[in-house]
Amino acid sequence: MAADPAVLISFQEAMDALDRFAEGEQDAFETVFRQYQGEIYGWIVRMVREPAAAEDLTVETFWRIYKLRKRFDARRPFGPWARRIASRLAIDYLRSRQRFAVPSLADTSVLIVPHDRRDPAVQGELRAQIERDFCRLPPKLRAAATLALIEERPYDEIADGLGISLSAVKMRVARAVRRLRASLEKLGIRP
Amino acid sequence: MNDEELSFIRRQVKAAMPAFEDSGLRTDLWPRMLRRMEEPSPIFGWFESALVALIVMSFLSFPKLIPLMLYHL
Repeated sequence: MAADPAVLISFQEAMDALDRFAEGEQDAFETVFRQYQGEIYGWIVRMVREPAAAEDLTVETFWRIYKLRKRFDARRPFGPWARRIASRLAIDYLRSRQRFAVPSLADTSVLIVPHDRRDPAVQGELRAQIERDFCRLPPKLRAAATLALIEERPYDEIADGLGISLSAVKMRVARAVRRLRASLEKLGIRP
Repeated sequence: MNDEELSFIRRQVKAAMPAFEDSGLRTDLWPRMLRRMEEPSPIFGWFESALVALIVMSFLSFPKLIPLMLYHL
């Protein structure tokens, strides 16, 4: 089932639902939930890259939204506010997953001889290693880097969704790139 | 960080971790949302209270810990 009911209600209906949601009406919450669940899920799954976890986090995000509904200002857009709440939960999730991260080969004495990199098996291992190194980034850097480097989202959209300034996004991406470059260099990969 | 470096790192990372193409929601999560709303709220037990008290006391005793903690959050 394609659950994108956003198309089923008009803009005016959506605005009315947000007004009523801010006043605490549960029926309005359902309308808002159905309107935005796809957008919030899409934002979260891009950050955590695990559909099952993203579904759980979407439900948790809306639970937080429900509890915080009195703080919602119906004159402001709902999407960015909801994405900021979702981002905090996604970053917490990445933090909890990092405890189980596999150690990086770049931290050990294992070195890959450059000519081996033509071997598909070695290429596969190198990619797996880059993924491991990426997953070992601090969660805040990882979230920004995932959205900027992998998903190629515009920086202003990332800033809005993470609830930070544009310069903070640039700084986080730059720090992530520096760390990744150092890891790649240890694996013998240079520009 | 120059554009060339950014582009190089992006290529390497994207080769290892492609963009998440299928980011559409396949199921309606409203039934799960209803179940979540019906769950009883967790009680703030004595252990949590003690932990919060300990953290507050640590911050009062060592205020320099506050920026350190904020940095790691």
